[in-house]
Amino acid sequence: MPDPSEDGDVLVRAEGIVKHFPIKEGIFFKHQVGSVQAVDNVSFEVRRGETLGLVGETGCGKSTLARCIMRLFPLTAGRLTFDGADLSTLSRSQMRPYRRGMQMIFQDPYGSLNSRRRVGSIIGDPLAIHKLASGVERRKRVQGLMEVVGLNPEHYNRFPAEFSGGQRQRIGVARALALHPKLIVADEPVSALDVSIQAQIINLLEDLQGEFGLTYVFIAHDLAVVQHVSDRVAVMYLGKIVEVADVKDLYATPRHPYTNALLSASVVADPDQARTRDRIILSGDVPSPINPPSGCRFHTRCPKAQPICSTEEPLLKRGAQDPSGHLAACHFPVADGEKLASEKATILHTVEGFLAEAPT
Amino acid sequence: MSLSTVEAKASEVPAEDPAVKGIQGRTPLQLVVARLRTDRVAIISIVVIVLIVALAIGAPLIAAITGHGPTDTNVDTGTDANGQPLPPGSAGYLLGTDNLGRDILVRIAFGARVSLLVGVLATAIATIVGVVVGLFAGYYGGWLDSILARIMDVVLSFPYVLFAIVLVSVFGSSLELTILVIAFFSFAAIGRIVRGQALSQREKEYVEAAHSLGAGNLRIMFVDILPNLVAPVIVLATLLIPTAIIFEATLSFLGLGIALPTPSWGNMLSDAEGVGFQAWWFYIFPMMFLLLTTLAFNLLGDAVRDALDPRTERIFAGRRKKKPA
Repeated sequence: MPDPSEDGDVLVRAEGIVKHFPIKEGIFFKHQVGSVQAVDNVSFEVRRGETLGLVGETGCGKSTLARCIMRLFPLTAGRLTFDGADLSTLSRSQMRPYRRGMQMIFQDPYGSLNSRRRVGSIIGDPLAIHKLASGVERRKRVQGLMEVVGLNPEHYNRFPAEFSGGQRQRIGVARALALHPKLIVADEPVSALDVSIQAQIINLLEDLQGEFGLTYVFIAHDLAVVQHVSDRVAVMYLGKIVEVADVKDLYATPRHPYTNALLSASVVADPDQARTRDRIILSGDVPSPINPPSGCRFHTRCPKAQPICSTEEPLLKRGAQDPSGHLAACHFPVADGEKLASEKATILHTVEGFLAEAPT
Repeated sequence: MSLSTVEAKASEVPAEDPAVKGIQGRTPLQLVVARLRTDRVAIISIVVIVLIVALAIGAPLIAAITGHGPTDTNVDTGTDANGQPLPPGSAGYLLGTDNLGRDILVRIAFGARVSLLVGVLATAIATIVGVVVGLFAGYYGGWLDSILARIMDVVLSFPYVLFAIVLVSVFGSSLELTILVIAFFSFAAIGRIVRGQALSQREKEYVEAAHSLGAGNLRIMFVDILPNLVAPVIVLATLLIPTAIIFEATLSFLGLGIALPTPSWGNMLSDAEGVGFQAWWFYIFPMMFLLLTTLAFNLLGDAVRDALDPRTERIFAGRRKKKPA
């Protein structure tokens, strides 16, 4: 649990963040019939100057959590503080001054830029909204920003359609930088880009962090990218954070079975290694967030599940042999060197087994 | 190093040298104009519209040249020896005279003023109201959308002629009332389209981006979403002008629009009631101008839609000229 003495170090603190989206039915008189529990009771902190990676598979609530941090919609419950200020219940207009300190980079470099507006006007938008600069002054600052992110300032009057995907993402970065924010929430900023372009954008983000002392919340589903950029990593499953640790601890000694499975599923560039390593293959699909499993949400697919897992929800806690920042929400954390075998054989395993048993 | 110093340092950007310009990207407007220019039908429509506008603007000039005002009954020169109207081509009356000896050419020219004024003004009002109502309904959704969308449905299903009769009987017919009645019955057509577009646009990521920058709802609606709706709105507005002109002609024909003796194409047709084949020029010329004007605006509207959205299927395939090499 967070130590109060460290507070000056903490830029964002989230305590028990809950975001449920209501499901409504009815044509004239809508009534709620359920809710999508996109983010459920999530607590974490982001320290000044660090990069917190957020990983998890599609639909686990990463992007919703990012939008909760940005307060793009009201929180269902929970407390969110940013730079000492409580943002949890502020209205949209009350949020406006705080938006100068926190900016977002979006996943889709096409959809996130208004195709009917010129690049100069898009990047200058934050300056116009917050009435920080206008006219020649705004143009100068926008062109400065374009130069900072590696765009040609002469392209000020072009439309987004005249740029490539990587350049468009640079436009998004420039827009996020315009207000000199402390925090940048990057929601899968590179997953829509080619691999070679991904590296450029990641390097740009790292350079900017060093230069301007930025704090990042970096969301991705590519584990290699997260390992490269993050100082600490949080793993999400079905609306919950299941494990948080410094990046080297998490990748070396993952404690939660889900983290183990996730890491074993990442692509390895070496084909020999890829063939020989153990993969943990989870059975079944991710359960529906409308009706999540009781107890530990992962118990329906967990190779180590015990009866207690379906009744009692495990809390994030530090293992005995782990360093202080390493928390996992599991009743039976994976020990060092422990092998988690796949419970169910895959087609490939079946075929291999069949070939081995077949008489020659 | 702080961001501001970097920005300041980077701000000395060399001006674009026109002599070394490479391939210049064309703005969306330039592309649309370029596509329109290769479209024969569009060019002809524009020429026709320009001619009719010139006729409307030059109406007093025509009256001065012929020496007849639009409401002058030229008892001495405008009728023949038996007091009958003159056919087209008579001395001094290019398109003939009506039963009161009024010059039909002059009346058509002044009628063009009314038609165009009503068409353009009613469309402008309808477009502005429709865009605002549609944006609010589509962007905010919820109960506001339910109310506004139902209002638009009601307006679209209203028996407008009956409504106009009631209004005229209460307020008396006038140009202003005609314009307002037409605008009232046309705004829903634009409003519904804008609402639908706004509904889909507000889910786009750029709207979320604007929100995360701190933009307010009004700014998002009018600065971010509206430019994305310009294409359908322009097309609809162009197509609404001929509808409004016909609407005005209908109302005037029924005696509910422009009051006599002010000429409008609609009440000229109404005047021609019962003349049959003997005095065909009473109705042929106003009808021709009405047809020509609405046809030109309709074809221009189609061409504008083709130019704004090249993906839609062309109504007249292959009418586009080959691009000069």
